[in-house]
Amino acid sequence: MTRKQRRLSLIGAGLAVLGLAAGLVLYALNDAIVFFNSPTDVVEKHVAPGSRIRLGGLVQPGSLVRGDNLAVRFEVTDGNKSVAVSYTGILPDLFREGQGVVTEGALDAAGTFRADSVLAKHDETYMPKEVADALKKQGHWKTEGGGYGLAGSTKETKQ
Amino acid sequence: MIAEFGHYALVLALGLALVQAIVPLWGARTSDATLMNVAGSTALAQFIFAAASFAALTAAYVGSDFSVVNVFENSHSAMPLLYKFTSVWGNHEGSMLLWVLILALFGALVALFGSNLPATLKANALAVQAWIASAFYLFILITSNPFARIAQAPAEGRDLNPILQDIGLAVHPPLLYLGYVGFSISFSFAIAALIDGRIDAAWARWVRPWTLVAWMFLTLGIAMGSYWAYYELGWGGWWFWDPVENASLMPWIAGTALLHSAVVMEKRNALKVWTILLAILAFSLSLLGTFLVRSGVLTSVHTFASDPSRGVFILAILVLFIGGGLALYAWRAPLLKQGGIFAPISREGALVFNNLFLTSACATVFIGTLYPLALEALTGDKISVGAPFFNLTFGPLFVPLLIALPFGPLLAWKRGDLFGAAQRLMWAAALGVVALAATFAIQRGGPVLAPFGVGLAVYVMIGAIIDPIERIGLFRQPFAVAFARARGLPRSAWGTAVAHFAAGMLLFGVIAESQWNSERIVSLKPGESVSVRGYDLTLDNMIQRPGPNYRELVARFSVRRDGAVVDVLEPAKRTFPQRQMSTTEAALMTVGASQLYLSLGDIGSDGAIAVRLYHKPLVLLIWFGCIVMVLGGALSLSDRRLRVGAPKPARHKPSLQPAE
Repeated sequence: MTRKQRRLSLIGAGLAVLGLAAGLVLYALNDAIVFFNSPTDVVEKHVAPGSRIRLGGLVQPGSLVRGDNLAVRFEVTDGNKSVAVSYTGILPDLFREGQGVVTEGALDAAGTFRADSVLAKHDETYMPKEVADALKKQGHWKTEGGGYGLAGSTKETKQ
Repeated sequence: MIAEFGHYALVLALGLALVQAIVPLWGARTSDATLMNVAGSTALAQFIFAAASFAALTAAYVGSDFSVVNVFENSHSAMPLLYKFTSVWGNHEGSMLLWVLILALFGALVALFGSNLPATLKANALAVQAWIASAFYLFILITSNPFARIAQAPAEGRDLNPILQDIGLAVHPPLLYLGYVGFSISFSFAIAALIDGRIDAAWARWVRPWTLVAWMFLTLGIAMGSYWAYYELGWGGWWFWDPVENASLMPWIAGTALLHSAVVMEKRNALKVWTILLAILAFSLSLLGTFLVRSGVLTSVHTFASDPSRGVFILAILVLFIGGGLALYAWRAPLLKQGGIFAPISREGALVFNNLFLTSACATVFIGTLYPLALEALTGDKISVGAPFFNLTFGPLFVPLLIALPFGPLLAWKRGDLFGAAQRLMWAAALGVVALAATFAIQRGGPVLAPFGVGLAVYVMIGAIIDPIERIGLFRQPFAVAFARARGLPRSAWGTAVAHFAAGMLLFGVIAESQWNSERIVSLKPGESVSVRGYDLTLDNMIQRPGPNYRELVARFSVRRDGAVVDVLEPAKRTFPQRQMSTTEAALMTVGASQLYLSLGDIGSDGAIAVRLYHKPLVLLIWFGCIVMVLGGALSLSDRRLRVGAPKPARHKPSLQPAE
């Protein structure tokens, strides 16, 4: 083989592998991604029952009901609309009423969101970004985490 | 006072970095040895001042000086001493300070151990290193000053995020940063070579040890982070395909590719242009990781307080270095001379195959990580790309790579014998098939993927050690002869075999954990039991215990097997009053490489406590695999040929070397 042929075969192999990777990516992007929705989106966009989505917002204060065998029900709200969520399992450490939460699952025929995973924040001062954005959209956004006002103001007074 | 000292030291480090960024470069252009030598001394001095600055922040933390904002926000006087140390980098400002400290450390190491480097290469590389350092010193001083004071010093701090109050914080970030930042050396050398317009096999020999060191630390850092998440987050997962994890995985994959392509460059003087590109990409991906984690674009446990100006600043650094690096590459790379030619079936060909698949896999991770951000910026749609995406893309790309892995070391340089290599791999393939069949028979109707995964893992492990076994004549020669030959085999050959074997171990662990994991989630009252895989766990009692800065609820479980108590597990839930947070402390019982994993949920109204119990078969192989892989790297590093400071081939007589 000449140098040119070798180089062409190398480039060909490279393109083949990249093509394979691109094909896999396109297939997976069709199949394996999940859209994030706020409760308002869920109600207004009429998300089809059974399609897998993420639902995020605040846990409606007073809505948490614990049933038998680790079943829990609560409502997720963005201040405008709220959606009932049912979940079976252990809630994360930072799950609390009035705090941000992201759940993943699908709506059932009755309009209840059946979550198979519940994610809360990693830290008490943060809110999942998607939730913060959804709340901002509904005009229910206050300063992040409240308690951090102090830290923000102290930074101005350095030295 | 000590905080001001630290601040001042940091400003001086910036000043030194600016000198180091300009003077040696000018010296290299004008071939002025005195100016070029400035690089070494400024690199050392810069490290000393960065270290002094870091020490000052550490002193503020250990002394609980709450008049420093950073200490106030992230520490508490009752915290154990270890966590006072580790919380230095358990926050945005401090972790950036650690970042530049390690950057300065690597610069100093090049200055110290690079005495055999060509003067211009060393001067240029250290200058590039100083550009990066200057950018990050400026970033810290302008947007993230860790030494800012509060006018009215509070009496008590706000405590460190309880999730971070763990030995993991002492280990994971420093190791990870040593890896991330270590790739800056390969980057600086690549840029220096491009500035010089000259590059040869010797370049690869100088760069490879540094890349290897960075890669080893990054491997350990990722593995430790994974184990930490596994036991601390309480739900037994060890990899979440979280964007922040991906941010560390991408430079790892690029670094792995770089290690392999640098071999071709060193041995055969080929793939030069590609190796330079990989060196630029590996560090670019490290910078991208820093940007993703530190800018607040992503929300995760790694993102501390975020502030938009920081994101813009890091983005500017990112654009400057990645864009500048790639532009310089586009301009100068065509000047580099082409290297040796090789047939597609050869050691070089195998390494190219490795590089193709690794970079493609890296690209899929890149897309999976950044696509949601791009989509949100363009359309406003918010999506999450999680494990299913990566299992569909990353997984299939690794299968051919792993099948090809044992072939590489068996093929000759220039022109290899594929059929011969396949024959030598017969045993590995046969044992792989046996393992596949055995797994199929044993698990009877279990997950279909498991037997194939186990078969592939066994094939990779055996295939990896076939080369050294044949070369030392084990099973053919008397043991003493084989042993003597084993000692004579180059360490780098052992390193390759061990690291490749570890890849098989890692795969075995991943397959076993993901396919045969058993989970029980129940709520229990004292006296009640739960069983998994032949282990019966009884909740004996629950007690409240005070800790230094928390209270904990401990549930004591007796673990029985066939009626006899084999262990007592005490998972706990800790409540940290200062931050109004609680954490889950999982209890682990290790049997061989498998683990029982027990963590607690909430107490229900009826007094029963929620319990999560997992049996994780062979899960420890995942992290053992990483550790063995690093040992392989260490063996390779100890090879005389690669040892920093001994780059000359062994056949040169010492007397012929110039005195140093």
